[in-house]
Amino acid sequence: MRYDSPLAAVGNTPLVRLPRLSPSADVRIWAKLEDRNPTGSVKDRPALHMIEQAEKDGRLTPGCTILEPTSGNTGISLAMAAKLKGYRMVCVMPENTSQERRELLAMWGAEIIPSPAAGGSNTAVRVAKELSAEHPDWVMLYQYGNPDNAGAHYATTGPEILADLPSVTHFVAGLGTTGTLMGVGRFLREHKPDVKIVAAEPRYDDLVYGLRNLDEGFVPELYDASVLTTRFSVGSADAVTRTRELLQQEGIFAGVSTGAALHAAIGVGRKALTAGESADIVFVVADGGWKYLSTGVYTAATTEEAIETLQGQLWA
Amino acid sequence: MAIEVRIPTILRQYTDGKKAVEGSGDTLADLFTDLETRHTGIQARIVEKGQLRRFINVYLNDEDVRFVEGIDTKLTDGDTVTILPAVAGGMA
Repeated sequence: MRYDSPLAAVGNTPLVRLPRLSPSADVRIWAKLEDRNPTGSVKDRPALHMIEQAEKDGRLTPGCTILEPTSGNTGISLAMAAKLKGYRMVCVMPENTSQERRELLAMWGAEIIPSPAAGGSNTAVRVAKELSAEHPDWVMLYQYGNPDNAGAHYATTGPEILADLPSVTHFVAGLGTTGTLMGVGRFLREHKPDVKIVAAEPRYDDLVYGLRNLDEGFVPELYDASVLTTRFSVGSADAVTRTRELLQQEGIFAGVSTGAALHAAIGVGRKALTAGESADIVFVVADGGWKYLSTGVYTAATTEEAIETLQGQLWA
Repeated sequence: MAIEVRIPTILRQYTDGKKAVEGSGDTLADLFTDLETRHTGIQARIVEKGQLRRFINVYLNDEDVRFVEGIDTKLTDGDTVTILPAVAGGMA
């Protein structure tokens, strides 16, 4: 495969079957390896698409400043694209996200404005909206409400999955901005009306919940419940357990939110097995484990210890 | 038929502080009736007029039962039911 520039190499990621983690020969689980994108996460797709659409609309012009609330990956993708395209990049990020993420953003020249840990991403969104009002000349692409976020997946991720696996029955992804689920979900359903679209939502322990409770409710503007078939709520312990199984049994080194998506994929797989149905279940490996190495979840001697190390931390 | 039920902090006043209890029933509605026999008061905090309360989420093996059959969702031996308060802003 040959491309004319690094940005042109976004997408066209491998889809690999997981022979050991699939529940049976007829209920197969497939991993869409989005960590193979240029900056190492699925967010390269919406970041590049949102920038290019804003350029087409004339909202983004040379010398502009881009502002975005992000817990990491979208900021990293935007920072890389902004650097190559000559924009200034400002990220609003919760102060309790990992050191690796902050260094990656700084490495690509992004400026970071920390938001209070309490309320997590919700607070980052609020702070970014306030900054946007103070700096009307800054361009906030706003991944939570920008149709081009879902549009990127409708235009690329969905068609890639259908082309590689026409027999797909389930699509599973993490629920954050909801862009992946909305975009892929709409595309697949147009071509396969019976396809099941499954969300894996992170569930934190009581400590982090307490923090998040301080904030007001926030539902991304992109979210349309009618696209989803069902929703799984995945706790930290299951997310860590699956992340380690993916590494140990299939050799895939993925971030912790991917473990949550895998847990939901195995959940729907078991239901299919019980019902005597065959299934081809695709789930998204949103990023690699590199940015989460400092959490210690990969190197802990036992899964119990790994779960303990993640207590109270945001992982999606 | 044993179902493990995970209890959120705000409802542990009914379970002597226990994080998880066992119950039985063919459906979620039956399970909550069964729990009430040992944990008086808990049912009314979860169920209202025969339906799940609006600000309570219930998960069967981590799947949101509102996307299955709600309070009529069928249970099987060995299932895990998780009860959680609906958290504002739990989606981003």
